Amino acid sequence: MGDIWRSNQREVIAVIVLAILLTLYFSTHPSGPTTYVMTIWANQCLILGLAAIAQFFAVIVRGIDLSVGAVMALTNCIASYLIIGTGLEVAGGILVVLAVGITCGLINGMLVVFGRIQPIVATLATGSLFLGIALLLRPTPGGSIDYDISDVMTLDIFGIPTTLIFALGIITFFWLPLRKTGLGTGLYAVGSSEQAAYQSGISVEKVRLASFALGGFFAALAGLFFSFVTTTGDAGIGPNFTLNSIAAVVLGGVLLRGGIGTLTGALAGAFILKTISSLMFFSGLPPLAQPLLEGLILAGAIAIGGADVLRVKNRLEVFGK
Amino acid sequence: MVLSSTPVVRLSGVSKTYGSTKALTEVDFSCFSGEVHAILGENGAGKSTLIKLIAGVVQPTEGKITVNGKELVLKNPSIATSHGLVCMFQELSLVPDLSVRENIMLGAPGTGFGWLNSKVVPQAESILEQIDGAHIRMSMRVADLTLAERQQVEIAKALTRNPKLLILDESTSALNSSVVEKVFKLIRKQRELGVGVLFISHRFHEIEALADRISIFRNGQYVETFDNGAFDYGYIISRMVGQRIDDIFPPKKVFNTEAEEVLKLDSYSWKGGFNNVSITLRQGQITGFGGLDGQGQNEVLLGLFGLLKNTAGEIQIAGHSVKITHPKQAKAPDLGIALVPEDRKTEGLVLEQSIARNLELSALGTKGVNALDPTIYQTFLEALELKCNSLDQPVSQLSGGNQQKVALAKWLALNPRCLLLADPTRGIDVKTKTQIYALLRRLADSGIAVLLLSTDFEELIHLCDDAHIFYDGEIVSHLKGSELTAENIIAASLNIQTGGEVHG
Amino acid sequence: MNNFKRLIPDIDVLVPYIGTLLLIITGSVIYPQILGVDYLAQQLQIAAFLGLLALGATIVILLGHIDLSIAWVLTGSAIISTALVGTGDPILSMLSIPIALIFGAGIGIINGLGVAVLRIPSMVWTLSVNSMLLGISVVLTGGFNPKGEASDIMVALATSQISGLPLAFIIWMLVTAALVLLLKKTSFGRYLSSVGYNEKATLLSGVSTPSVIIAAFSIAGICSAMGGVLLAGYANQAYQSMGDPFLLPTIAAVVIGGTSILGGRGSIAGTVGGVLFITLLNSILSVMQISDAWRSIIFGLIIITMLLFQSLRKKRT
Repeated sequence: MGDIWRSNQREVIAVIVLAILLTLYFSTHPSGPTTYVMTIWANQCLILGLAAIAQFFAVIVRGIDLSVGAVMALTNCIASYLIIGTGLEVAGGILVVLAVGITCGLINGMLVVFGRIQPIVATLATGSLFLGIALLLRPTPGGSIDYDISDVMTLDIFGIPTTLIFALGIITFFWLPLRKTGLGTGLYAVGSSEQAAYQSGISVEKVRLASFALGGFFAALAGLFFSFVTTTGDAGIGPNFTLNSIAAVVLGGVLLRGGIGTLTGALAGAFILKTISSLMFFSGLPPLAQPLLEGLILAGAIAIGGADVLRVKNRLEVFGK
Repeated sequence: MVLSSTPVVRLSGVSKTYGSTKALTEVDFSCFSGEVHAILGENGAGKSTLIKLIAGVVQPTEGKITVNGKELVLKNPSIATSHGLVCMFQELSLVPDLSVRENIMLGAPGTGFGWLNSKVVPQAESILEQIDGAHIRMSMRVADLTLAERQQVEIAKALTRNPKLLILDESTSALNSSVVEKVFKLIRKQRELGVGVLFISHRFHEIEALADRISIFRNGQYVETFDNGAFDYGYIISRMVGQRIDDIFPPKKVFNTEAEEVLKLDSYSWKGGFNNVSITLRQGQITGFGGLDGQGQNEVLLGLFGLLKNTAGEIQIAGHSVKITHPKQAKAPDLGIALVPEDRKTEGLVLEQSIARNLELSALGTKGVNALDPTIYQTFLEALELKCNSLDQPVSQLSGGNQQKVALAKWLALNPRCLLLADPTRGIDVKTKTQIYALLRRLADSGIAVLLLSTDFEELIHLCDDAHIFYDGEIVSHLKGSELTAENIIAASLNIQTGGEVHG
Repeated sequence: MNNFKRLIPDIDVLVPYIGTLLLIITGSVIYPQILGVDYLAQQLQIAAFLGLLALGATIVILLGHIDLSIAWVLTGSAIISTALVGTGDPILSMLSIPIALIFGAGIGIINGLGVAVLRIPSMVWTLSVNSMLLGISVVLTGGFNPKGEASDIMVALATSQISGLPLAFIIWMLVTAALVLLLKKTSFGRYLSSVGYNEKATLLSGVSTPSVIIAAFSIAGICSAMGGVLLAGYANQAYQSMGDPFLLPTIAAVVIGGTSILGGRGSIAGTVGGVLFITLLNSILSVMQISDAWRSIIFGLIIITMLLFQSLRKKRT
């Protein structure tokens, strides 16, 4: 039991913080925890959550993805052309959007694996490329998304927000099983010690490629849900999501040095971040002070996480093992 | 012993070059099933390259590798493993952030990206039990294990891969002798089952105990193979080195107990690490720190170098009571403490930088030392016979032994009063060892006090004037002169009281 | 032999300069005015803003870290300097530049403390410092463009010329020279790349690594603040988010200049080349009146090409 706590304490803390924030949010919200309020909240959270999952797959293999926002913008713009019409056309459109996301992720992955470019610089450059293509498609915001599918994906089922069910579905039917496979373990192995992974017979290159492809897939999912919520295409949505996705994974207990953290944690981090902004919005604080407060809370949370090192009695321990 | 007709693995005409350096030259070598085949050679002799070739980590530049009679290209470790070539690497192949269980399942044959194979876990548990590793829980994170425990896990992991050829590269270096004996028992059992074993160790007595045949490598070339016991140590060493080395250790001198005190610790303690450590170190003295791995010896050295916070007790340098709070303070001439840390690759050196840059790093910012003057390093580099193309060569290109020479020389240039060494000869070839021992004795003769942490009791016996043996963070025995015997050191390490001055 | 080798700069450093030359040559085929003295002088002036930021970023990247607070240190120092001038008080007006630079150094120290003492990954810590600076600015200015103006000195620094060379460019070169000396001739320079390669081994060599980290971040802060003051002088005002478009080009310039994002290896000279390349690329793309979309695509592709060239060349050797 002690070992399980030691390995997962970061996620557990993130989930507890989220629970406290949520209670606070729904109890201060003027209309209380109605389905409507929950749905709006869950939709906002899930979009950033998916972006954070995309970032997670880059970070877990000791990378970082600065193109998450650009892939979201690109897929959002594509969705605004393709996800409309008959049921078949809509389904086809969704598949195309997801395929584009995977392709973007694979491009990143190939530059990192075969081009041997550091992920941060490679995705900085591809981000510019993806954003350019998005701008070609939608120089100004526009287009539309099929209303039926948007409603299905962004409303509720028996009073529970669809997006929340979706988030739980990702954890139960994707993440937990993945963790029991060679790929899931391989992600951690590559992020934790590439040499050990290689010597243990893991194909480091394939794992990295797969990880970036998964990242692209989830960035596309984020773009897709953004489309369902806004029902329009906009190439300018990227920058905020990229930076917030990094903040979210860090809040969720994922270490930027790779190998530590979980998808659940990343998701919780995103939910925390969005819940804080929602809380502020209804808290009656002066709107002008909100960006500062958000920044302070983020910095404070990160600094508290870092304050552990002040208790370290051996100077060498701060360098990790 | 009868050897089967086809070797498990045969190398014919194999060469391997890295850039312009030849690591192996036209090697013909075979290992048969059912034999324990020890490989001996200095560092840089090509042992690790040989193993990496067989384990699929690197590929030969020339020549071919035949496994069970079939010529194969071992493109990566996973292919090698699938042919039954399983290696326990010196740099362990365990992933620190995964649990023991996950590490055991990781990359098990036939796993790929699909479901992990949990069948190997009980198998690994039973192996761990046989080698005193029952206390290692499957759910523990590898990063939280000691080096010895990790080696135990590595052994269990390798044995669950159904090896046809098992390669052990210094894989018992951190284990104590009773565990090593149990590991050997397992290995012998594997041999009975027809598994071939390639065995690399710097400990002669281990090779003597385990090996059937011995092959010697020198300067990237295969020298010869003979049955264990056919020749004596002297001959073997001379074949390894290419010349005869009569005495590994320099002669001891009569130690002057009246010499000036350099370092004195009085009830030096650090919570959770060591307790009540009291020692006196005089000019010209080489004092050993012995004991099993991780009994607090290393922490004492770290504390003396200003790396620990909240230590208690008194430190006296040359009769003055001091507080040491930072390495920068420790290395300043008024204290004059130098530490050659345990891990030269990550702690002692900046591998990517040149030899010159590494030498200068400690000297920079030290009063009274001109770091940019190459002559201050020269005497030490010459005494140690550093082999390099030029001082602008990156340290990463040097062999382990030569790296250690740089890690040592960079501190000696500061002319320290007190030299702290954490296992400076671990994994280092005999010749370099001899050079280091000779230099340490010369330094001591020139008035430097040397504190030598060692896991090799030969060093404590033959090099040190006295030794403190640690157990559970305390000095349990202080052995001097004729009390320095293998029996006394081992007994004290296990905290069984025999001769010597017993503390507590 | 060795001395001879040292005379030829590392090819990593030359790559961006060769790229810049190629840009000028190909560009001039389509637009001959690119070869004009006026055009090139103007490019040097514009390059100076990015150049100062990139110098600071190089120092931090050599250390193995990254400074994502560049944008709002720049904006903040621009707001502070123009606001002080805007008070009309001659003393405050005179002090505007030093105070802006002190502000930059101060933020740099905060960045450095978080990274060196609290051991927070620089990417996360500087990002949150950046968002706090944004927040403070929103509170203080109400989210509108701040009132104030640039002083005559600031305008002169940013826009005047001395014997045909833009003063801003000269300042950039002076700072470059100072930093090159700092890196080549002082222990700090040595420590910087040692920390970048291996901080633990550097500490164990008796170096106070936290001081090195904090000093490096404060140099970066001062560089960003200089960029802010000059940019405010150029635009004769400060405005919200004026630094945002600079962050990514700054990092790109450093990396194109051959400095490893992992720390340790790299050079100031390479960064200067990277800045010239990116400035010219942007300028030529805008001279060609290409849409934002295509500019972004071409920008991305060219950077990918240069990075691939660099890394694959290394793989071969």
